Formats: sequence, C-alpha cells, structure tokens
Amino acid sequence: MEAFTQHTGLVVPLDRSNVDTDAIIPKQFLKSIKRTGFGPNLFDEWRYLDHGEPGMDNSKRPLNPDFVMNQERYQGASILLARENFGCGSSREHAPWALEDYGIKAVIAPSFADIFFNNCFKNGILPIILDHATMDTLFEQTEANEGFKLDIDLDKQTITMPNGDVISFDVEPDRKHSLYNGLDDIGITLQQEDAITAYEAERSKRAPWLFNS
Amino acid sequence: MAGKTLYDKLWDDHLVAENDDGSALIYIDRQLLHEVTSPQAFEGLRLAGRKPRRLEANLATPDHNVPTTDRSNGIADPVSRIQVQTLGDNCDSFGVTEFKMDDIRQGIVHIVGPEQGYTLPGLTMVCGDSHTATHGAFGAMAFGVGTSEVEHVLATQCLRQKKMKNMLVRVEGKLGTGVTAKDVVLAVIGEIGTAGGNGHAIEFAGSAIESLSMEGRMTVCNMAIEAGARVGLVAVDDKTIEYVKGRPFAPKGEQWEMAVEAWKDLHSDADAQFDRVVELKAEDIVPQVTWGTSPEMVKPVSGNIPNPEKESNPVKKEGIERALQYMDLKADMPITSIPLDKVFIGSCTNARIEDLREAAAVAKGRKVSPSIKQAMVVPGSGLVKQQAEAEGLHTIFTEAGFEWREPGCSMCLAMNADRLEPGEHCASTSNRNFEGRQGQGGRTHLVSPAMAAAAAVHGHFVDVRELELDSELAKASEVN
Repeated sequence: MEAFTQHTGLVVPLDRSNVDTDAIIPKQFLKSIKRTGFGPNLFDEWRYLDHGEPGMDNSKRPLNPDFVMNQERYQGASILLARENFGCGSSREHAPWALEDYGIKAVIAPSFADIFFNNCFKNGILPIILDHATMDTLFEQTEANEGFKLDIDLDKQTITMPNGDVISFDVEPDRKHSLYNGLDDIGITLQQEDAITAYEAERSKRAPWLFNS
Repeated sequence: MAGKTLYDKLWDDHLVAENDDGSALIYIDRQLLHEVTSPQAFEGLRLAGRKPRRLEANLATPDHNVPTTDRSNGIADPVSRIQVQTLGDNCDSFGVTEFKMDDIRQGIVHIVGPEQGYTLPGLTMVCGDSHTATHGAFGAMAFGVGTSEVEHVLATQCLRQKKMKNMLVRVEGKLGTGVTAKDVVLAVIGEIGTAGGNGHAIEFAGSAIESLSMEGRMTVCNMAIEAGARVGLVAVDDKTIEYVKGRPFAPKGEQWEMAVEAWKDLHSDADAQFDRVVELKAEDIVPQVTWGTSPEMVKPVSGNIPNPEKESNPVKKEGIERALQYMDLKADMPITSIPLDKVFIGSCTNARIEDLREAAAVAKGRKVSPSIKQAMVVPGSGLVKQQAEAEGLHTIFTEAGFEWREPGCSMCLAMNADRLEPGEHCASTSNRNFEGRQGQGGRTHLVSPAMAAAAAVHGHFVDVRELELDSELAKASEVN
C-alpha cells in the first residue's frame, strides 16, 4: 500500500448525503478479478449519459455535463468533499479502489459508513471527518474559488486552507501509523503469530467442534 | 460492575491480543467466500507466497454472478464466467471447500451458511459482503469486510478491530396478521435512519423478536447494515439450538452437548448497559414499502409519499426532492398508487423456505396482473428450491404466472442477466433501493415477500392484511 504522509491537491465538492457504494462503482464493474482499472468507471451512472459496461472505451462515452466531477475546473482533483454517511451500502472494496485509481487521495465528510471507512485505510486513502459547520465552509470556499486546493498533513493531523487557516482532524493512532508508513497489515498481524497460536490452542479446548478438520 | 451485552461476550471471547494503540486482534472462526470479493484476496496471498491458515475455516460458493435460468450451458456473459471460474480455480488450488454452480447446496452465501449449520452460535464470522450481519441471528458476531480483510482472514484467521458501541433495538408486543420480519426491520430503519447504527452493533430483542422464527430473525439481522450497523444480533434461545441441530456442519455427539451448554450463555445479561436503546411497539408496525432511494425512505402501505416542502432540514429536503425525481413520483401521492412493472422475490434477505411459503400463500389461486411485465421467484439455494418443489410451491407460483428460477443473488443487485430496464418500478423483497441497484435507471420498492406477491397479483401495492390467504401456507410461513 502507498503511504500517505502529506498531500496538496485540488478539491471537488460532491454535495450529496448517503452516497452509496453502488453509486461509487456500479455492480457491472465488480466482475473484474483485478484491483486496478476502476477509475474511469468511478460514479459511472452519474458521470456518463449512456449505460456503462466493462470493456467499453470510456474516452468515447458521452459525459454528463451536470455532474460536478465533469466540470473543467475540477479536472485533476484529488480531494473529495461529501456529505453525511459517505460510502454506505455494500462492503465492496472496489469503491476505494475506484477512488484511488481515479486519483483521489482523501475524502472529507461529516460521517462515513463503517465498512467503507475501514476499506479506505487499506488502500492509501485518508477519510477525514469534520463537523458540519466546517464542511459547509469547505463547500462554500471550494465552489467560490476556482482552483481551490487544500494541504493535508497526516503527521500533524491538519488541513491548511489557501488563506492559511488551519483545520485539525482526528485519526485513530493505529490507522494513522499504518497509513503513514504504508504498512502491510497482514505482516503486522503475523508478528503476533504466537498469540494467535496460543489462542487457537485454548479455543480448541473450549470449542472443539470448530476445530474438526 | 454492570453485566455484559451479548456483543461484549462475543468480543471478549475472541480477543487474541489488545494492542497499545487501542486496537485489538480478534479471532475469526469462519469465513464465507464468493466470487466477487475474493479473487483479489487469493491473488494477494499468491503474490506474498502465503497460504490460508485454516482451510476448514472457509466455505465458498458462487452467488452474485450466476444465471438463474438453465445452467446446463454455463454462463453466457464471458466476464461473469471468468469470475465464477476464478473462484473455482482458487478454491481448487488452495483446497477450500466450494459448492459449485452445479451443486445442489450452491446458493446465496448468507442462506447457505445457516442452512448447512456452518453458521453457529457464538462464532465470529466474516464475508466480503455487507449482509454478513444475517448470521447474527444465531448469536454470532458476523460482519461484512472488504477484500483486503478477506485476505487478512485467510492468511491470519484474525482481524485488527476496534470495539463497536452497543445498541439495543427492543420490539415488544405481538405483530399483527400479515406483518413480517421484513416490516419490522424496515420500520426500525425508518425510525433510526440509514446511518443510525453507524459505529454500533445492534442487538434486536423484545417479545416480537423472540416470537420470530430463525428465518425471520435472519431477515431482521440481514438488514442491520441498512441501518448502518455492521453487526446485528439476536440472543440464543431454544429456537436457535433446535434450528442448528442435525445440520451437516453442526457439532455432533458429545461435542453437540458441550456446544449447547456453551451457547446457553449467549444473551445479554439482565444488567447489561447499552450505549443507545431504541424501542418500538409491535402493534404499531404495519406492512412497509420504501418509496425512495435509501432504505430509510419508507412508509406504511397505507401512507403517502412525503412532501419535501414539509421538511425543514435542507439536506433532507434535497434528498427527498432528488429521490422523487429519480423515482418519478409525486409528493403526497398514496403508496398504493405507485405504478409497478416488475416483481422480484428473492435475495439473502427473503429467499428462504418460509419466505417462499409466505409469498405462495398470497399467490395461491391468484394470477399475476397483466400490467406486471415480469414476476420472478428466485430461491436462495438449491436446497431451498428442492424443498419448495417438494411442497409444490413452484406449481403455485408458475400457475399464478411467476417465473421459477435457479438460486442466486439475481435481481437484488443485477450482476447477472436479471435486471430492471431504465424507468421500471419493481416491488422487491431485496435489501437496497439505491439508484441503479437493480439495473441502471431502475426504481426499487422494498417490501416483504407477502407484500411483493400481493403487488404482483394486483399490479400495485395493496395492504396484504386485507387479502384472504391460503391458511395452511400462511401458517407454515408464520404470517400470523
């Protein structure tokens, strides 16, 4: 996994609540057996005017001019603003894979669905939770100022606005550590293999029916 | 010291290590695998030169992509075919037990697990699918994970987790005739909202939950995620133990006796503390219909579609307006006047034998309305299908004009060929009414199996409580 330390990027405002993972990456693209290549189909049903299927040449498809991410001023955006309960619904990790493949490094919202939130950290994406008033300010500033960028520093847990204002955010220490260092979670867990083996020995005595092979 | 909740007990029982950074290493007893969220996990294992830690702790079956029509010629869609084949190849090469497409035991993972006794009380169980909460009906801590965690569990049999908060949803009283488990959970979601359970494990309790069959409890827990909660739970009782007994993967002999003894403690202590308690009266719950694009957009069948002008919260108001536009519905119109094109009875929420009996009790002796283009029944597994056919339910459905299909996820998420066309309205027993969920531009209305069948025969939503049902079937399906 790519580490996230500091990132400065263009901000795109997706002013909707309850954006679900079916919207982030529609089901037909889940048939891929790869982890990559989902970016062109991020928000497919909102982004294009036709019906998308795997294998299409996305560069030739008609874009929906009303969808915010299609506006010229937001091209190249890497920080996504959203509203409440972003990423609700299915557990599909294809959702963060699509965001990552598109180039999104951070999503900022007042709340996230649990599974999506967790999946982001496994894929080098930083989900940041901010209060409603701050979110409103960020939406206003982004929409009012073309080329609006934010500077996110994970170590300091700060977001710096172009005018120099600084917003602090919380992140759980273990998640921060893994993301900051781009660590392999499985590798970390396997460092505790002795504890796992000891647990299995004890549990197999308490619940032997789970250990019949 | 206060007593423990059921969730506390399950958590403590699976704690491998507590780390200084506040995270915990939790042991995962069993994992279910399907074709959509596992290929990248197996690939990850391969790239890292790792192997599954405990093969017997995994069970796989293809469900999302499989055709529900004749399968003798395999899967027509080449992309779906490759994905199902990849699951088969991965299971074969790593040695994971798989119920393949031509196996009578194949079906939707969340129906297969309990049916096989692979799901047991007291387990921790994961699957790369958010509806894994279903298995919490057995007093198991079961939750959906992403593909990275599927791989993590394959490799380590553990997950790094943060303990969630405890929420109690108590439904007291007696459910009315024609009011089902689906209506209960939709009413709960309507009450607390789709984000109401975020960060929580929800335990469903109270006399109305206790009175539900195991299958009804599975329907309730299945949709915990639609209220934002990864985990839904119901305490173990005699019904739980009776349901599990004798199933293929259930413990046997001395181990059975030992297991039953251990399972008896799987309930919240009387003095357990919950972070949040929500109470509903069973008598207040009537058949529910979703009208919008989020499961919280739900109304009683007797109600009207909301008017955004009456909503003071601007974000909610905009959400209602957007949903009305997508669904092509007008504010204040009665739920019963929503036009319908298709009916889908199936999914991990409602494709068990009792669900099919419940729908058949309505369909028996009636005909699908000529205004309905398609009405389909998709059993949750090959064994559910076999049982339904043994009871003659397939004949009831086909005589009424329903299509009788092969088992799979089908039109719940339309990854196979079963889908809505743009603009079509569907009465569906599935779990999500998101935009495009059942096909791009499709418009989903979530209901119980009885309500879906009633909508099929009338061509629009009707209050199933006003219909005369086949009494024998109604009794068998616990449509009380």
